[in-house]
Formats: sequence, structure tokens, C-alpha cells
Amino acid sequence: MPEPIRFHFDVDGENFTSAGEASVAVKKKLRQLGYSPDIIRKVSIAMYEGEINMVIHANGGKADVEVNDDEIVIILADTGPGIPNVELAMQEGYSTARDNIRALGFGAGMGLPNMKKYTDEMKIDTEVGVGTTITMKVYL
Amino acid sequence: MADYKHSVSLDVSKCKGCTTCLRRCPTEAIRIRDGHAVISSDKCIDCGECIKMCSYKAKKANHDSLSCLEKYKYTVALPAPSLYGQFDHMDNIGYIIRGLKDLGFDAVFEVACAAELVSAYTRLYIKRSDVKKPVISSACPTISRMISMNYPFLIENILPILPPVDIAAYLAREQAKTEHPELSEDEIGIVFISPCPAKVSYVKNDFAKERNYITDVVSVRDVYFALLDVMKKREDEPLEATESGMIGIGWASTGGESTAIFNERYLAADGIENCIRVLDQIDNEDITSLDFVELNACNGGCVGGAMTVANPYIAQARLQALKRYLPVSPNRPASEWIPDEFFNENSLEYSPAALLSEDRKVARQMMSEIESIKASLPGIDCGSCGAPTCMAFAEDIVRGQATADECTVIMKMLFHQYLDEHKKKSILDKLTAKNPGKDAAGSGDAEPKPEGVAE
Repeated sequence: MPEPIRFHFDVDGENFTSAGEASVAVKKKLRQLGYSPDIIRKVSIAMYEGEINMVIHANGGKADVEVNDDEIVIILADTGPGIPNVELAMQEGYSTARDNIRALGFGAGMGLPNMKKYTDEMKIDTEVGVGTTITMKVYL
Repeated sequence: MADYKHSVSLDVSKCKGCTTCLRRCPTEAIRIRDGHAVISSDKCIDCGECIKMCSYKAKKANHDSLSCLEKYKYTVALPAPSLYGQFDHMDNIGYIIRGLKDLGFDAVFEVACAAELVSAYTRLYIKRSDVKKPVISSACPTISRMISMNYPFLIENILPILPPVDIAAYLAREQAKTEHPELSEDEIGIVFISPCPAKVSYVKNDFAKERNYITDVVSVRDVYFALLDVMKKREDEPLEATESGMIGIGWASTGGESTAIFNERYLAADGIENCIRVLDQIDNEDITSLDFVELNACNGGCVGGAMTVANPYIAQARLQALKRYLPVSPNRPASEWIPDEFFNENSLEYSPAALLSEDRKVARQMMSEIESIKASLPGIDCGSCGAPTCMAFAEDIVRGQATADECTVIMKMLFHQYLDEHKKKSILDKLTAKNPGKDAAGSGDAEPKPEGVAE
């Protein structure tokens, strides 16, 4: 098994206009590697939603992508407030975003459900007051 | 796409090898090699940004010259509506139409007239239930090429109706054949007056395949200067009048095509960087509830094309004045359905330009090397190596198109290390002896500095 290729990004929590840059960068790299449009789309949408979530809720965080032979692993880690009720947060349309965030068109309550929908595995490790780490896998 | 014919080219004798175009190219298609720019055919989308940016006028758009009129017995001019915005103090499009005939054209078919038909057909098309939304305009060839390279999922969203210029060419040819049945196909010249190189490429690459009725493409700029000459010689009012309306002329600037769909669920963006951001968000399904998206690679829309003369916003202001008293849309389609001949059968294919290798194993290996080289580069994207960014430079190294010693920042660092190793102090002493004015600075610098880059 060859060494995985790793990409690391710092997601800036203060800057909405640059939110999504990491997923755009990953998309380009996956295109260079020759992955099919379907795979690229799954990774890109899941990662984009996760990035936006980190900006909205956790004042940014770190995004790591690992490209293995058989899967792409996306790890989004933040030191934000944590998710008190994961089951509730996973429901489509459920949102805790403040009004000023919703006014920007974010916070429709589709972030986590979309991340689950577009990936083959998703694991949420969260602790209130400590942070959240989401690990997603897209099988190749 | 290997045999793609581009219309953006370089005059090597004028190019100084500066990094202006390098940094502005939205697809990173330019490198500086052997002291001048080199454009990669695979990546170039003919947007014309480098033509607009070049300080030395070394980038140019290739197009036909007006002497093409001599090749045909009968010629029809297809002026893009952006042409009308080039003239100062002109209150009647009839002057242009008469001027084109004075230049030797036998007839004029305004692209704006065909644009009104496309608008009407677009309104019909977006009402269909089987259509993937948002529908993306097919009018800007730079955007279409960008989508085919980077956004495979959005190819289906592109409006499958031919752009106005193709429909104008088709109708102009039909009209010429009807009015002059004595002419053979080869004797009719259909000459498009284009504001941008992307539309030249669009025509020259036969994107509309067998439906390509355009024989030659000249530039708005050339026609503008030729028209100025002939228009000056006439003092009487023209008898001709424009046959297009507000909608057709509105297509020359951003928002014109969108507002003509009579539906507020549209987005209109211009400038290649903005368009890329919008496409990224649509691709991520982050923009919903839109019916129509108009994207123009040039600032201001087609009036901002690299083959125009006037500033795009000034041209737009003139067009507003020109269209003010025109009817909304005098060109109406004959049918309530879209005729087959107006559909573009030649749909785009996904053609990723940046692929490292067909072999996934090789590609992965190359990507790992790129990441590790990138980590050792300074990350200041200065362009001195000839690549637009350190990342692009790392890619070039791994692809075998550049060598690491072309990084001037690293070379400067090595140079300083070399100086340190070879008794930097004695050299500096010699220099300061010859140049007493630098004495203070020289002696202060006598200690070897491992991080010479900071200087």
C-alpha cells in the first residue's frame, strides 16, 4: 500500500469570503490525479459544507485530506463549542445559526445532512466546550 | 483538444518576459521560458486577459482582416451589438449600418436581432420541466470552455440553444440565398464583427460543427477605425435604421441577456474571477432557486472584450442612450417551439486540462513529490521562476518542465551561503575599500547571515 497523499488547510474563521477555498483547492488536486467527476463532487460538496460549518460555528479550524488507494478521508477538526445533540443536528433543516449568518444565506440546516449524504462514512466526535472533529470517507 | 485553434497569440519580439500576464492568467496557462511568455494550448481559454494586461502589447488576438471581403461576390456583415457602443456622439445605429455598406458589405444582419430570438427561445426552454437548473448561458465561449475543463457536472446546465452569432449567420445566409438565388454557397461571405478572441476561437474551432455558417471573423477594433473613415465622409442622415430592439442591444453588457428572460430568478456576473467563484458555488450546490445564470468572462460583458476600443462602462452608457427609444423586442420567433436547427447538437465534453498522468499510480507519486517540493519553496508566488505560483512551479518541476534552480529566492539563499563559505568578510572588505561611502553598512554586515533571504 503506497503512502497516502496528505493535504492540510487552515480554515480562517473570520473570513466568510474565503470560506470554501480549501474544498476548491482539493477539487483541483483530485482533478489532477484523474479521479472521476462523481468522486470529486462528493468530496468537494462534503468538504465545502464542513468548511462553512467550521466558519459559522467554531471560528475556523483545520481541514486535512488523505488520499489513499481505496478511499479519500476528510478530517475537519475545530476547537469550537461542540454539538450538544448530534441526532438533532443531523436532521435536515435544523439550524442553530444566528440571524446575521442566515442573512448571508448560510445556516439552512443542510450542512451535516449533506455531508452524510455525499460521503460513504461519517463519524462525529464532539464534546461541548471542547470542539468537534468530523471524519468523512469517500470510497474509491 | 490537442488541435484546438487559439486566437490569443504572442509576438515574441515584443515580449520582455515580465510576469504581468503570468499572474493574471486565470487558468495558469502561461509560463515564462527563455525570456518570453509561452501559452499552453491545453489550458488557454482565450479569455483575452493577457492581451488586456500586457504592458508591451506583445499579446494579440488573431482574426481575419477586412480584406476578406474581396474573397466573395456577396458579403454580409454580422455586427455584434458591442460595436454600437464604441462611437462617441452617435445617436442612430443607422450610421453604422450605412457605414458597413460603405465599407463594401452588401448586407448587414445584426447579431442583436438574433439575440432577441435566443432570448425568446430561452424563455421557452427554462419553462420546461426536464431542464437542469440553473440554466447557464451559452453566449460566452470562454465560460463554456472553462466549464468543459473544470466543471463536468455543469455541462448539462449550459443552454443547448446556439448563441446569437450562429443563429444570425444561419439566417443571414438563408436570406442571401433567397434574395440572390444566382449565388453559390462559396460566393457568400458571412463576416462576424467580434468583440473578443474567444468568439474567434469559437468560430474557428467549428464548435457549432456543420452549422457553422460564418466564413470570417474580423475585430470590432478594425471595423471601428475603418468605419470612422467612411462615416466622416457622409453628412446626410442615414436611411437605414436598426432592426433590433432594447433586448438585443442589451446583450452587449452584463445583465442584458438575463433581464430578457423576464424572471427575477437569475444571476448575472462578469469578470473571469467572479465567474469562477460563482461556478464553484453552483458546483457545490450552494446557490439554489436560480433559473438562469449569465456569466461573462469580460468586465462589463461583451463590451469589455479584448478586441474593442472603448472602456466597457462608457460603451455601456452609450448603448443605454442608443436603445432608449427602441422597441423592446421587435424580433419575434415564428413558432412557439424551438426549431431543431437552433439547437446546438455538439454538446461539450469533459476535458480536464491539468491531469498529471493517465496512470493513477504515477499521478499519485507525482502529487506526493509536488507536495514535498512545494513545502521547500518560499511561497511568495513572485513569478521569477517563470511559473505563476510556487505550487505551479512545483508541478512544473515534477512534470519535467522546470528545474529547482530556477527559483531565484532559493538561489539567492544559496548564493549567500556560498559567500559565507568563501570568506564573505574578505570580499566585503575589498568592496568597502573601493567604495568608502558604503563603509558603515558594509562593516555592520560583516557577520555571516545564514538567512540571507531577508535582505
